Amino acid sequence: MESILVLTHADESGAALSKGSLEAVTAGRELAARLAAELTIGIVAKDATDAARQVAGAAKRVLAVEGEAFTQARFKSDAAACEALCRAARATIVLASESSRFARVMAAVAHRAAGVIDTHVTAIGGADSVEATRWFYRQRIEAVMNREKRPWFLMVESGTHPAYAGSTTHPTFDSGAGQVQVEQIVVDLPAMRTNVTGTRAPKLDAQTIRPEAKLLFVAGAGWTKKQPDGQIHVEQAGELILSFLKTSGASLGSSKSLVDQGGEGNSVLPFLTHLNQVGQTGSTPRHAKGLSTCCHGEEPHVVGWRFVGERRAVSLDPNCGWTRGKADVVYVADAFEVIERVNALLEKKASPGS
Amino acid sequence: MGFHIVVCAGIVPDPLQTLEPATGPNGPGIKTEMVLPAVLDPWAASALYEAANLAGKNPGSKVWLVSLGPKAKLQQVMMSVAQKVSFELVPIDGPIGGFPDAQATAAALAETIGAIPGLERARLMLFGGWESATRGAGVTLQLVGERLGIADQFQGVDAIEVREDGSFEVLERVEGGKHQVSVCTGVPAVLGWATGNLAEPRNNPQVGMANMRTIMPALQKAKMVTLDANGLQYVSVSLPKQQRATRVEKNMSADEIAAELVAWMGAE
Repeated sequence: MESILVLTHADESGAALSKGSLEAVTAGRELAARLAAELTIGIVAKDATDAARQVAGAAKRVLAVEGEAFTQARFKSDAAACEALCRAARATIVLASESSRFARVMAAVAHRAAGVIDTHVTAIGGADSVEATRWFYRQRIEAVMNREKRPWFLMVESGTHPAYAGSTTHPTFDSGAGQVQVEQIVVDLPAMRTNVTGTRAPKLDAQTIRPEAKLLFVAGAGWTKKQPDGQIHVEQAGELILSFLKTSGASLGSSKSLVDQGGEGNSVLPFLTHLNQVGQTGSTPRHAKGLSTCCHGEEPHVVGWRFVGERRAVSLDPNCGWTRGKADVVYVADAFEVIERVNALLEKKASPGS
Repeated sequence: MGFHIVVCAGIVPDPLQTLEPATGPNGPGIKTEMVLPAVLDPWAASALYEAANLAGKNPGSKVWLVSLGPKAKLQQVMMSVAQKVSFELVPIDGPIGGFPDAQATAAALAETIGAIPGLERARLMLFGGWESATRGAGVTLQLVGERLGIADQFQGVDAIEVREDGSFEVLERVEGGKHQVSVCTGVPAVLGWATGNLAEPRNNPQVGMANMRTIMPALQKAKMVTLDANGLQYVSVSLPKQQRATRVEKNMSADEIAAELVAWMGAE
């Protein structure tokens, strides 16, 4: 019989659980209900009191590793904390969110637990067994897999499950919302050689990467190419794009070719970095909608759109990759003209009285 | 003293190639993968360039490139990679592709690295891509580091700055387009690289000739490995069926397109 441990960690506040952790709790509850398995939740936080309240009633046991050392997202301390939670829970299946914090350590934890790990899991199914779905070759091939070996660690992609938002009426887990007994797990940490000193945002006028945005706006290399007047208008392109981001609230993505232009000494959009890059050597963001502009829609870029729901593109090339079943709508038009008018409409919408 | 930098890098199909899954006697793979043009894994290639750059700045450093793949395929890819930067190749003759188990791959890599003659663990920086373009799991390098007993690991690295006292600052990608800044007192350490900050070096025939003098003998002596499945079974391997019925609008004015886009963006 399977037993399930969901490993969670605090968000930047240090007290509340991260959204990804709450999504993993939902995944754990669903799997536990299907397998009639015992569910345990493990928390890594500076102070787990508030975090434990968030999962009150969600699981039979709640374990916590607490302390100042666990404020930092650091390999050595996080791996030790997760290892201790795994040893205390003795679960056969361990779920965790695919956060940068846990992605840094979970394979090592699986190794210490003599287990195996699979990451970037987008679905957990199976009838009598557990089957995990994930993508290979940068979202180009989908596979469903299972393993005999236990413990089996599964890292769940963000956005694949709703965040756990409090006790429901499931009889297996309800033990009184708000009431939770937390078992403290003590970890003897060795001396730390790494100190996390903070976070740094790219040198930008404004943060352009917004994971929670509904819309992904992708700028392709065409923005920096010669326009119908024979001239390059990088400055105008930058103003149009930033204005669009400001009025729409969209997150900015880019193709590799545009980001790479900076390293080749060409005119570039100054607010773009490799962090904006979407595709094979970039990110695979999750947004409900995506709008591509001045981008050819080549496969290495489009694989990064795998989890973008509705897709539209503005391109001067009627035979670009987007027209070959990769977008819902392709407008064959000049993106400079279109985005200028979109910005005007959005500004008008934002201040209807003016 | 300099660093001993070991870069783990696999080989992957050229990103522009069409990939089609096929099942063979050893499990799933890519149809005609052995004849598809291959390149060094992109993020691991970033790691190699960063390693060479770091070695250049720290006299006495040395770079090893450890790569697992079919010997013939490794030889093809090394013909171009060898012209980029100086390194000593440590090839492992094994299966290609993303479907073999990551745990078994890591075990083979760790065993090989542990047996590199002259490698000093106290000077070791273990580099690689934070994820491959095949399996893309982001676990292999971490497992290699764990097997080698390295307790300071960093993933999604975009920059490293080594200080005079031997400590170094690392920037790792975290959520929201930010970097986490960490300071480590010194090596050994594992750094799984993202894009980094270096452009691809230009081909240098002299570097290529020097590298090839050691690459060919190393390939001839490459150890052959088989990878344990660790109980991994594939239920299905398939291409996504999602093919959109694209509406191509060639005659709409900019005003009409803008109005339609704004309405679409606002719709739930």
